[in-house]
Amino acid sequence: MTLLPLLLFVLPVLGMITVSLISDRKTAAIAALLISVVSFADICWKMAGFDPSGGFQYVFDQWWVEQLGISFAIGIDGLGMIMLLLTNLLVPLIIFSSFDRQIKSHKAYYGLIFFMQAALNGVFTSMDGFLFYVFWELALIPIWFICLLWGGSDRVRITLKFFIYTLSGSLVMLVAIIWLYLQTPAPHDFSLQSFYDLSLTASQQSWVFWAFFLAFAIKIPVFPLHTWQPDTYTDAPSQGTMLLSGIMLKMGLYGILRWMIPVVPQAVQQWGMLAVFLAAIGIVYASAMAIAQTDFKRMAAYASMAHVGLIAAGLFTLNLQALQGGVFQMVSHGITAVGLFFIADILQDKLKSNEMNDMGGLANSSRSFSLLFMVILLGSVALPLTGSFVGEFLLLGGIFAFNSWLSLIAGLSVILGAVYMLRAYNKIALGENTVAEAAFGKLTANEKILLIVISVLIIGTGIYPMPLLKIAEPSIVNILHHAGVNPI
Amino acid sequence: MKNLIWLIPILPLAGFIINGIGNKALSRGVSGWLASLTVLGSFILSALAFNSLADSNAVISVDGYQWFSAGNFNLEFGFLIDHLSIVMLLVITGVGFLIHVYSIGYMSHEPDYARYFAYLNLFVFFMLLLVMGSSYVVMFVGWEGVGLCSYLLIGFWFKNQEYNAAARKAFIMNRIGDLGFLLGMFLILVNFGSLQYDTVFEAAKNMPSGAPVLTAIALLLFVGATGKSAQIPLYTWLPDAMAGPTPVSALIHAATMVTAGIYMIIRSNVLYVMAPFASQIVAVIGAVTAIFAALIAIKQNDIKKVLAYSTVSQLGYMFVALGVGAFSTALFHVVTHAFFKALLFLCAGSVIHGMGGEQDIRKMGGLKKSLPVTHFTFLIGTLAISGVPPFAGFFSKDEILAQTWIHNPLLFTVLAVTSVLTAVYMFRLYFVTFYGDFRGTHHQQENLHESPSSMTIPLMVLAVLATVGGFIGLPELFHGPHLLSEFLAPVTAYADAYISGSASHAFEMNMIIISIVVLALIIAFTRSYYVKRNNIPETDSQTEGFSLLLSNKFYVDEIYRAVVTRPMDVLSRFGYNWIEKGFIDRIVNSMGLLTNGTSGMLRLTQSGNIGFYLFAMVLGIVVLIALKLVI
Amino acid sequence: MELSGLNNYLLLASVLFVIGVMGVLFRRNAIIVFACIELMLNAVNLLLVAFSSAHNDPGGQVMVFFIMAVAAAEVAVGLAILVMAYRNIKSVDISMLNNLKW
Repeated sequence: MTLLPLLLFVLPVLGMITVSLISDRKTAAIAALLISVVSFADICWKMAGFDPSGGFQYVFDQWWVEQLGISFAIGIDGLGMIMLLLTNLLVPLIIFSSFDRQIKSHKAYYGLIFFMQAALNGVFTSMDGFLFYVFWELALIPIWFICLLWGGSDRVRITLKFFIYTLSGSLVMLVAIIWLYLQTPAPHDFSLQSFYDLSLTASQQSWVFWAFFLAFAIKIPVFPLHTWQPDTYTDAPSQGTMLLSGIMLKMGLYGILRWMIPVVPQAVQQWGMLAVFLAAIGIVYASAMAIAQTDFKRMAAYASMAHVGLIAAGLFTLNLQALQGGVFQMVSHGITAVGLFFIADILQDKLKSNEMNDMGGLANSSRSFSLLFMVILLGSVALPLTGSFVGEFLLLGGIFAFNSWLSLIAGLSVILGAVYMLRAYNKIALGENTVAEAAFGKLTANEKILLIVISVLIIGTGIYPMPLLKIAEPSIVNILHHAGVNPI
Repeated sequence: MKNLIWLIPILPLAGFIINGIGNKALSRGVSGWLASLTVLGSFILSALAFNSLADSNAVISVDGYQWFSAGNFNLEFGFLIDHLSIVMLLVITGVGFLIHVYSIGYMSHEPDYARYFAYLNLFVFFMLLLVMGSSYVVMFVGWEGVGLCSYLLIGFWFKNQEYNAAARKAFIMNRIGDLGFLLGMFLILVNFGSLQYDTVFEAAKNMPSGAPVLTAIALLLFVGATGKSAQIPLYTWLPDAMAGPTPVSALIHAATMVTAGIYMIIRSNVLYVMAPFASQIVAVIGAVTAIFAALIAIKQNDIKKVLAYSTVSQLGYMFVALGVGAFSTALFHVVTHAFFKALLFLCAGSVIHGMGGEQDIRKMGGLKKSLPVTHFTFLIGTLAISGVPPFAGFFSKDEILAQTWIHNPLLFTVLAVTSVLTAVYMFRLYFVTFYGDFRGTHHQQENLHESPSSMTIPLMVLAVLATVGGFIGLPELFHGPHLLSEFLAPVTAYADAYISGSASHAFEMNMIIISIVVLALIIAFTRSYYVKRNNIPETDSQTEGFSLLLSNKFYVDEIYRAVVTRPMDVLSRFGYNWIEKGFIDRIVNSMGLLTNGTSGMLRLTQSGNIGFYLFAMVLGIVVLIALKLVI
Repeated sequence: MELSGLNNYLLLASVLFVIGVMGVLFRRNAIIVFACIELMLNAVNLLLVAFSSAHNDPGGQVMVFFIMAVAAAEVAVGLAILVMAYRNIKSVDISMLNNLKW
């Protein structure tokens, strides 16, 4: 057994130590970026030696509390690889997005981002139920501090709500995990495989399903458990919002794939229709909410909810196309979400507000801004040749095969997405508004670079998505096998 | 040849990238001519491909790469050049090139020159993808892409929020159709396991005619077509799209993009002949749109709006042809329409250019003398669209009428009335604009000028095409070969075998004579009404009765606003204020308040009196011991 | 030792313990409360010794020493707290020490 997998945690910790030693903000930011790029390189290097159909690789398995059957077991399969790729791709982008911002107490800020990265890496690689839960909660701590210390005016109330809301969901999940642990043959253990090997009755599966569903649905969030989300997204500092929407909410979706579908397959089949229906309602609902917003960041928050709702709906159809699309869409949604919230950050920085009614004509002051904004927006509305199109096509297609009416409801997001996104674009970039135009000025070089990188990623994943799909496919097929579904 | 096919779309894409990135660095001349030459390059390549296709009669299919797949969804990005797509390719690149050249002159005063040409090139790129794709999904890429370019170009002058609203409307209405298209594709995928044309059509041929699945597919795809090709109920974006620069209206909103729906249905002819019910719907919608838009056009006073409604009406014609199974006829009309409608729009652009931006025909008049070339070419366009022999429109329109007569006399009547209306509104437009006295300002009169040669040459080329274009499809009556339908036979073979029949020679002869007489009467009438008696259209406030209804476009926009747009806004605001904040979030918050309240009461037990604590402790011990003893 | 003799020890220990409890509950002088706690501890010690002798098991007496040691430590800490309290509020009345609430 090699220690290589532990690099997933060693590098972020190294990052935390390094930034805590550098008191100059600029230097610290550069150091943080370098280390996060190294961790991305580490993932790329792992991917180079990765066999998609080889099950879990880079396994590190060591007893943690042997008496209780808790082990520190991590490993990467195709699904995990995609999630790691997403996490470690976005963290450098998120760090880079803060380059031109005056971050106070930057040591803690970057330290917490690295902390977050380590916890997320843990969530996506754990092969032990208890460890999964530990990382799951661990990820909540840094983001809570980030929102609380660098957030907007109403941060105390909002972060408290966010924390309690998500925590209460995950506690129910903990109960379910412990219950599952007690069902494993003696001596009990928490390992993923033992959970997969359980044979539970239908009613047992049902309550475990709802316990997990509550935790995951709050994190995703699925209507009607979403009300922590818009407030938190709006009030969190931009990097916090990017972490939340880009990566953290994928924890819930990942949880469904890894810990729910294979463990309680019958219940997923039994309740899947209801879950898909809820998610589909949530898509339309969130889109309608997005239309009602005049604050760009809040609108983007609802938009994110609508898009993630589509992924959630797809996962419950237990359909290979929808699952593949869901996994792919997690990546492309992550990229576009970071892009959109970076746009919000730029607007906030230059205009001191995200109120769209006060904006206008920004295309007059910065052509590159309006162009790159357009690309990101197109990524969000899933125009063909952007990554989201591939994801949404597979998702909607999979849902269609499951139930065509539900796909019609979910498909309304195609129209409504265009409605609110173009309305926002018209209000922000087009028209004339001398005050806003003068205040906006030009993009800085760093802003431009980041937006270009994001745009290239959006279009690149749209034109050539096969590599990602190929990595994920065998593990998705495997999950479906566990669920007793024949993937076609 | 096969290796060069890739270049056809790539050239305009390269033009887009160079113009897009080199925005400021490129000089005006370079960016305009670069854009035009890339399209010319594509045209030449298309002509070569046409040549090889005509020689060997073998379709050119280029296997692209596997775009994405999951399980049995397998989507490829490949090209297919067959007899249908090559015709479209030639029209798109040919007319596209002329319009690019025209734009060099038309947009010469425009500061944002390179951006304009970048968008135009991007449009050509997507349009080429649309017709070249070997599967529905590649078509869909182009389909959505041209919608995007249409959005960008309608809102080209983005400082004007009205234009932006028009652009947004176009995009959203197209998206409504696109959802139908998307669902149609899913239905195809689920049933046939592929989106490649050949696989789908082979599989469809084995199904019973009128199978519900086929009908559903055909209807869903048609929903997409109503969006893109501006048919009822999704047509209202097209007249608003006239906010864009006039060459854009000519290229996108007359000659090419709006015919995408027609192309799609001709491409899917196998599906449509197998779904008679869907075909009937197509024909009825087409006929209703044709007459509806023609009625509106009669009372419009904006030169571009008249042409826009005329486009909607002509597209309706094409859908009727598709609905009755005359696929090659529809394509014939696509081609001739591309010639004469592009010509008319470009003439309108030339008029607007000369008038310094004025678009209201009530403020024009007597332009015949100052704009001779424009006047002459506009006349040709008018004759062509009205169906005066031997201009292009005559042949294609008569063919549609004849085909409709065989299959559905009722629809034939509607179309015949529409043709009369078409001639009326076109000659009204022509006479009011070019005859009579000049009614503009003094300043406009002084600056009135014929357009530069970069604009007039494309006009002349198109005028020639609009004159002779009809000869590619001579009716049987003249014993000439119907070049187009013969050429297209491999594509529509299956449908032709299914739906057969042609009008009798006597009928055709009668129709030609009747139409010539009627047209002559209309021309004489409009001339005497608008020129001799110098009736100019009344001002808006004078309009009343049925004309008011017409000039307000049957209030369809207002109805849509009242039924769809407003309720959507109101509902979402209501939802946000009452459901989101007032209900769901209130439940969540009241959980917190409940906890706070309960703990607020419970904390009172913590009085701080040590004696009380001790007492409680002892009491607790006693109770526990007592319990232990009891149980 | 006879089991009948043990009863006397039990009685004495109970009386001592209850006196201690009552003292803790009803006296307000912290030093008295303290003394009463010691009284309770010693009542328990007495019991342990008595049972140890009755059962002939020295384990009980070991426990007594253990309790005495802990009690000594506790008195040291407790008196230190009392001294601090006295320095702050100039009193050893426990009803004055009521700030630890809510």
